[in-house]
Amino acid sequence: MPDQLLFAMEVTLNGLMAGVLYALVALGFVLIFKASGIFNYAQGVMALFAAATLVGIMEGQVPFSHLINAIFGGEVTHFGWHVPALAAIVLTVLVMVLLAWLVQKLVMQHLVNQEPIILFMATIGLAYFLEGVSDLMWGSEIKTLNVGLPQGLNETIDQITYDAFGYGFFIDNLDIVATVIAGLLVVALMLFSQYTKQGRALRAVADDHQAALSVGISLNFIWVLVWSLAGFVALVAGIMWGAKSGVQFSLSLIALKALPVLMLGGFTSIPGAIVGGLIIGVGEKLFEFLLGPALGGATENWFAYVLALLFLVFRPQGLFGEKIIERV
Amino acid sequence: MIYREAGDFHTSYREDNQTFPIRFDRYRYYAVLAIAFVVIPFFINDYWANALLLPFLIYSIAAIGLNILTGYCGQVSLGTGGFMAVGAYACYKLMTAFPEVSMFIHVILAGGITAGVGMLFGLPSLRIKGFYLAVATLAAQFFLVWLFNRVPWFYNYSASGQISAPERTVFGIAVTGPNTESWATYLFCLIFLVASALIARNLTRGTLGRTWMAIRDMDIAAEIIGVNPLRAKLTAFGISSFFVGVSGALFFAVYLGAVEVGEAFGIQKSFLILFMVIIGGLGSIFGSFAGAAFLVLLPVLLKVVGADMLGWPTDIVAHFQLIIVGAMIVLFLVLEPHGLAQLWRVAKEKLRLWPFPH
Repeated sequence: MPDQLLFAMEVTLNGLMAGVLYALVALGFVLIFKASGIFNYAQGVMALFAAATLVGIMEGQVPFSHLINAIFGGEVTHFGWHVPALAAIVLTVLVMVLLAWLVQKLVMQHLVNQEPIILFMATIGLAYFLEGVSDLMWGSEIKTLNVGLPQGLNETIDQITYDAFGYGFFIDNLDIVATVIAGLLVVALMLFSQYTKQGRALRAVADDHQAALSVGISLNFIWVLVWSLAGFVALVAGIMWGAKSGVQFSLSLIALKALPVLMLGGFTSIPGAIVGGLIIGVGEKLFEFLLGPALGGATENWFAYVLALLFLVFRPQGLFGEKIIERV
Repeated sequence: MIYREAGDFHTSYREDNQTFPIRFDRYRYYAVLAIAFVVIPFFINDYWANALLLPFLIYSIAAIGLNILTGYCGQVSLGTGGFMAVGAYACYKLMTAFPEVSMFIHVILAGGITAGVGMLFGLPSLRIKGFYLAVATLAAQFFLVWLFNRVPWFYNYSASGQISAPERTVFGIAVTGPNTESWATYLFCLIFLVASALIARNLTRGTLGRTWMAIRDMDIAAEIIGVNPLRAKLTAFGISSFFVGVSGALFFAVYLGAVEVGEAFGIQKSFLILFMVIIGGLGSIFGSFAGAAFLVLLPVLLKVVGADMLGWPTDIVAHFQLIIVGAMIVLFLVLEPHGLAQLWRVAKEKLRLWPFPH
């Protein structure tokens, strides 16, 4: 086989893996959008916050230590203990649930029945706020996150492809783990929404708020639940991205990566988020591989958006989105 | 007592139709103009001009532009930063290609070029609505910034990839470059702001503004009563981008002087302008001013209080700034979704009856 084709295959595989990570972030958006009609821009910052909290708990960092030191003097930074990864993850989930409750109580509850754009703005405000809190609480320096996920070249794949084509594909172990976890997460979410009482209530709310309210479903509870779920998805995404490139501000920018995925797949569809993520992942990697050198590189910044834009002109509701019916 | 329409008789159609129908409003407006044009230039110094006045003037123009698109026509745009970059780079290319032409013409032409680009990126708005459109405008943001970063023709093949403004004059007075007087740059921007506000105000009161608002309130209904959505949306994109382009050109040439595109016109800028419009008030020209003033003043104020008075490290102040800006936005949306302009409107209503409200 010609080299060029092999490279393209390797790029495609890596694109698929990257696409899964995009889909993971997009999933958090879809969950909240379906249940409450809120387009949650803060999803990316929630991932950052979750990852930073996880690192902070694992390392035994003192929250707000920088601020405390600045006001009272002194040099407190760490409690001096280390929490095992699993316990830290559980604690972080609790923090995210608390955050979900606070968001619902302090912000979203007061904005019920506002226009969608107002809600969107509120989540942008929330994103700024959380980013500030995260920096203040855990410090803004780049942190390494190590929860024991395997990293580096996967030798089995390298070996198999080398035997088959005479060229070993480079595929990161972490990407494989991320793919598996994302798959599990999606299955778990589907099972949850299909077979549990809360899941069914969730779908009812997504279908029709007022009808759900009239059969006795508590909207407040569902919204807290949805925000918690989104927080949990954010934590998983944060762990994956954090393990890949360190916990830092750029983590919050994955929200911007997830947006074209959502447009492509439709804001209301979980399978759409996954298919959209895969298309974007493969598309942008292949485009960069084939045309990037000719165009000057770094096309990944905009390719996804332009692809989604062209796509939307032909199908305004995305691939799997509900058909938009407008009445006067 | 003073703020009322009683005794203010309008005897002609023109008088009845003027921008400020209430006498007190009108005098206040003339007074503000007089202070801005005649008094401030004599007292201005470099600190005031660079820290507060220039950013306020320039951001106000951008906010007016975005307000036309988002507030009046209902099309949410997150591509403002990208369009500002178009204005800046168009201005740069014009400045370097035609050195002897007045800066006024360069800035206006830069706005015109941006209007063209804006209409191009506005085309999808005919098919795409709401959030999908907001995200689609991000395509403009990222693509344009990438373009100006990667194509050397736009920055005249300079080694650093930056663009920096050479010295250009208006009637023999330097307004760009390193040797400018603060009063000259201030007046230059002020003239553009006043002109923009006047044009925007009158556009939004006329046929065009009404078609925009019809499209905003319900596009299908508007179409049925005979508003052409293609024309309404594209003119909104074009005119909005014109103002945004002018502000981008001023931001680069007069205020910063040298620009790195990703830093000066990134996605953060788009959000900043959008916040100004939201906090100020959607669909209000006064709101654009108020929002711009608020978000220009806030960081300066926080820095003065936090870093200079309390002596905190600057990174903590920066974090607090994020928190406060975020909390402010949420608070505004919860308490007053229609922004500062609405507070102003309520205050005016109260003033009319003051001091005898019954």
